[in-house]
Amino acid sequence: MVDATFLALSVLTIGSAIAALELRSLIYGSIALMGTLGGIAGFFLLLDSPFVALFQIAVYVGSIAVLILFTVMLVKRELIFKKIEDPRRKLAGIGLMLILMVGLGSIIIDSGLRTVQTNEPPVDFRDIGKDFVTYYWPALVLMALILAGAVTGALVLARREDVADGQRTN
Amino acid sequence: MGNELIDFVIVSIALLGIGIYGLSVKRNAIRMLFSIEIIINAANLNLVAFARYIPNSGGQTLALFSIAIAAAEVAVGLSLIIVAYRMYQNIDIADFRSLKG
Repeated sequence: MVDATFLALSVLTIGSAIAALELRSLIYGSIALMGTLGGIAGFFLLLDSPFVALFQIAVYVGSIAVLILFTVMLVKRELIFKKIEDPRRKLAGIGLMLILMVGLGSIIIDSGLRTVQTNEPPVDFRDIGKDFVTYYWPALVLMALILAGAVTGALVLARREDVADGQRTN
Repeated sequence: MGNELIDFVIVSIALLGIGIYGLSVKRNAIRMLFSIEIIINAANLNLVAFARYIPNSGGQTLALFSIAIAAAEVAVGLSLIIVAYRMYQNIDIADFRSLKG
């Protein structure tokens, strides 16, 4: 059986995921998305992986959510509060969601996952750090290059070419 | 510990369903990015949950890589949305139709 912490975390995570998509204001939506990401970090703590949980808080709650919040602020005011969706697709979308949840859920519940138990101690985060600099170092270098490339690409994309350098200082 | 693997997997399936609902219904580009984030987080939750019950450090390492790549994806996606907003003055993806044949 699940304990109370798990129950509270799942209510927080799933509830704020629905709120992030359904709240009228995009600003409140992005704050609700922050709740979802923080709830996932709580699940990581429950799963005895504090390193991933802190990484999640630093990267997702700390930077991505703030980045989304600032992008929302750049958008016109009436677009922030306008709900843009296909009313005809809404019922179909809810149906698709329910079919997916029931189908995948029944497959998972019928499978052998229900009996999986473990008594082994959790993985020490020092092992993850050691793995990063020994076995996974080419992937780490590649990831650093991809991140640098993505940041440079984002800067190049968002640069305004119709504004001259003199105007920018004003 | 009281929680079992299947509880985490069920939460992850619920998040995946909500994300797919958002991707299929919403036409707001920023909300679609929210849905993609929710789906990526469901996948990460699965990775860490299975890694706890195997137990193996590989799942946590893959989740860390996945979080970092998702950060890059969000940066590029948001700058694409800003460029499209500047061109069309709107964030409705049904209005982005200059590539439509």
